[in-house]
Amino acid sequence: MRLAQHMSVASDRVRSTVIEATEFPELSRAYQVMGVPKVVINDRVQFEGAVPEQEFLGAVLQAVETS
Amino acid sequence: MRARYNDAMPILTARDQAAVRKEFERITGPVKLVVFSQELAAAELCQQNEQLVREVAELSDQITVEVLNLAIDRERAEAYGVDQVPAIVVEGSRDYGIRFYGVPLGYEFSNLIDSIIVTSTGAPALAEDTLASLRALSADVDIKVFSTPT
Repeated sequence: MRLAQHMSVASDRVRSTVIEATEFPELSRAYQVMGVPKVVINDRVQFEGAVPEQEFLGAVLQAVETS
Repeated sequence: MRARYNDAMPILTARDQAAVRKEFERITGPVKLVVFSQELAAAELCQQNEQLVREVAELSDQITVEVLNLAIDRERAEAYGVDQVPAIVVEGSRDYGIRFYGVPLGYEFSNLIDSIIVTSTGAPALAEDTLASLRALSADVDIKVFSTPT
């Protein structure tokens, strides 16, 4: 998902890690990855599948609010 | 792109190289790809990852590569917040916090190429509203994107 990387460039607050799920089964299990792409923000907010930019941003803001 | 790693063969086909070279025309500044490997943990994947990164770096004179060992270069790994191998840090004029865990083939390959370009330009392709919201963030945000090669 490219939005995550572009958000990292846009803000020093944002860090993004793309994880190859099949190469990291333990991490994938820990984050209950059933389908990809799966996005997990601050270990709190998560969603599956590609979403539009506004929705992605909404998830980021939600993750920060609940931090 | 060839799916399987083979010592004798490049990972990128001539067609891949041509497509990436075209994309790399948009690079506007230096990019450093810092690769973390650890033979004992995942020898084959780390070799494949290093080879892929070197093949990509050959397609632009703006890209440099540094290969580190997760077990030996611990301070660097900690500074980058990297604790898995194979890993790639994509750095532009500074570290924007972009990491790849695992060999970025298939769909993730185009993501890597796009990340190289956006770190070189420092100009994210996001809406003005999004940029404003991100600039106003009051806490750190860690985004994990789980993906697969196909």
